[in-house]
Amino acid sequence: MSASSQDNALRSAIYWRALIYTLLIVIAVIYLAPLFVMVVTSLKSLDEVRLGNMMALPLQITFEPWIKAWGSACLGLDCNGINGYFWNSIKMTVPAVAIGTLLGAFNGYVLTKWRFKGHNIVFGMMLFACFIPFQIVLLPMSQVLGWLGLANTTSGLVMVHVVYGLGFTTLFFRNFYEAFPDELVRAAIMDGARFFTIFWRILLPNSGPIIVVTVIWQFTNIWNDFLFGASFADFDSQPMTVALNNLVQSSTGVKEYNVHFAGAILAALPTLLVYIVAGRYFVRGLMAGSVKG
Amino acid sequence: MKQLVDRAPSYQADEKRSDKAIGWLQDHLPKLVLAPSFTVILLFVYGFILWTVYLSFSASKMLPNYKWVGLEQWDRLWNTLTWSTALDNLFIFSSLYIVLCMLIGLFLAILLDQKIRLEGGLRTLYLYPMALSFIVTGTAWKWFLNPGLGLERTMHEWGFENFKFDWLIDSEMAIYTVVIAGVWQASGFVMAMFLAGLRGIDNEILKAAQIDGAPAWRIYTRIIIPQLGPVFMSAFVVLVHLAIKSFDLVIALTGGGPGNATAMPATFMYSYSFTRNQIGVGASSAVFMLAIIAAIIVPYLYSELKGGRK
Repeated sequence: MSASSQDNALRSAIYWRALIYTLLIVIAVIYLAPLFVMVVTSLKSLDEVRLGNMMALPLQITFEPWIKAWGSACLGLDCNGINGYFWNSIKMTVPAVAIGTLLGAFNGYVLTKWRFKGHNIVFGMMLFACFIPFQIVLLPMSQVLGWLGLANTTSGLVMVHVVYGLGFTTLFFRNFYEAFPDELVRAAIMDGARFFTIFWRILLPNSGPIIVVTVIWQFTNIWNDFLFGASFADFDSQPMTVALNNLVQSSTGVKEYNVHFAGAILAALPTLLVYIVAGRYFVRGLMAGSVKG
Repeated sequence: MKQLVDRAPSYQADEKRSDKAIGWLQDHLPKLVLAPSFTVILLFVYGFILWTVYLSFSASKMLPNYKWVGLEQWDRLWNTLTWSTALDNLFIFSSLYIVLCMLIGLFLAILLDQKIRLEGGLRTLYLYPMALSFIVTGTAWKWFLNPGLGLERTMHEWGFENFKFDWLIDSEMAIYTVVIAGVWQASGFVMAMFLAGLRGIDNEILKAAQIDGAPAWRIYTRIIIPQLGPVFMSAFVVLVHLAIKSFDLVIALTGGGPGNATAMPATFMYSYSFTRNQIGVGASSAVFMLAIIAAIIVPYLYSELKGGRK
């Protein structure tokens, strides 16, 4: 091989890599564009939004839209901003995540370490619950919530999210405990440990990663839920997503796009933070629900 | 190993024979712990499915009405113009969505698999749309696609006076804006699936092919991509099911409009059940959605669960 052909090969390899990097970066810019427009616009005054280019950085940064979205933007006739709905979402998400995760851990434990006849059928039925289109349960659920006196309440939404999150939480823990050595459980049984002791002392302390995955998955899904919130909540118990949609779709008066975007970012902030801090675990949750049943 | 654990409860029973009641409790404790969850699933998933199926054969209008009317609601559903629009849209949307997500996802995964320096950071960027509610990102998309505010105006300002992009308000084209936004949201996820698949491929085969002097693209088309069959399958199943469930996406972007041009089964069900006082029709549309998903998911889960036992 002559020196010049080696030289050519090296050069084409460099071009090739440059092309790959350019492509990757251009695509990254496209993916980021919506978020960029949201952030930039939320920091502009309404005049600047109307006159200027949407991709341009703000000439004068203002936090007015953020303050307004949080405290005084109008949703219908009520002009108290979205902060109340933010708390609604928290009051709905935190208990639903905690209860759902704990139940999932118990279910996964039983389905792997205390198997009984038909455990696979039970698991299969719970797994299928992950995939149903929720439209199939909306009508009966609204009736049952009414009977239970939970219609239009945050407790009602907590219950709904716990129930329809069970399939996923069980799946996560079941797959994790499947790989947990049976010998340890058996040795503990020999030593006289019982069902709950084994769970609290042996399995749970070793479940750190899967608890993180489950909590993040549940948190993201429940926080981002729109369908249940729109169907089962009234004006006082609406979660953030429903309130944001009302804010953005409200047709009265001037459309304050900067306020809408500030509100949207506020609504996204918790999940965005979780994703930035623990994205790895979020991805693991996504994959667990798809790659391995 | 499994058998040993299966027998485990009886070890305890031996020890606790002195107290029968406690022994029984110990034996059945695992099932008792599982029972509430399973009961809840039986009632709230399977019971509710049957309930909705019944509603689809009932006279329900504004309120549930349990008078049996046979196929009346189903007739009404199939004679509703919006429903056929919704099915057409579902077909257009899901086929484009699935194909584009897979192509872009695979392309990105292959690019990222070239020992890229900032791989972690780029992956995070491609995937973030999946972590946000589309009610949030939809506000940005709506503005982006709005001819008077977004891309069209920006291009005009940059000197491309003839640039035209008004699909959002064009009832023929609006469904394609839903596709664009949907692909933007889910393609990063598909990328992550393919990337995991690529990383799982046996390195020995690749090295052998490289030593034989096969060009890179041929290694991909002949050796690597054919091995990703299971990933294509999983991605397909996940995307079909996301496509059928698409609700926030449509609500946030077009609200089903202009007119009913971007109605989808999920939005159809919601509006007929809760705003148009046609619970029976809404129920039958929900049953139809479940039937499509079940036809795809049940065989898939069955094969996955069987495969997992080997």
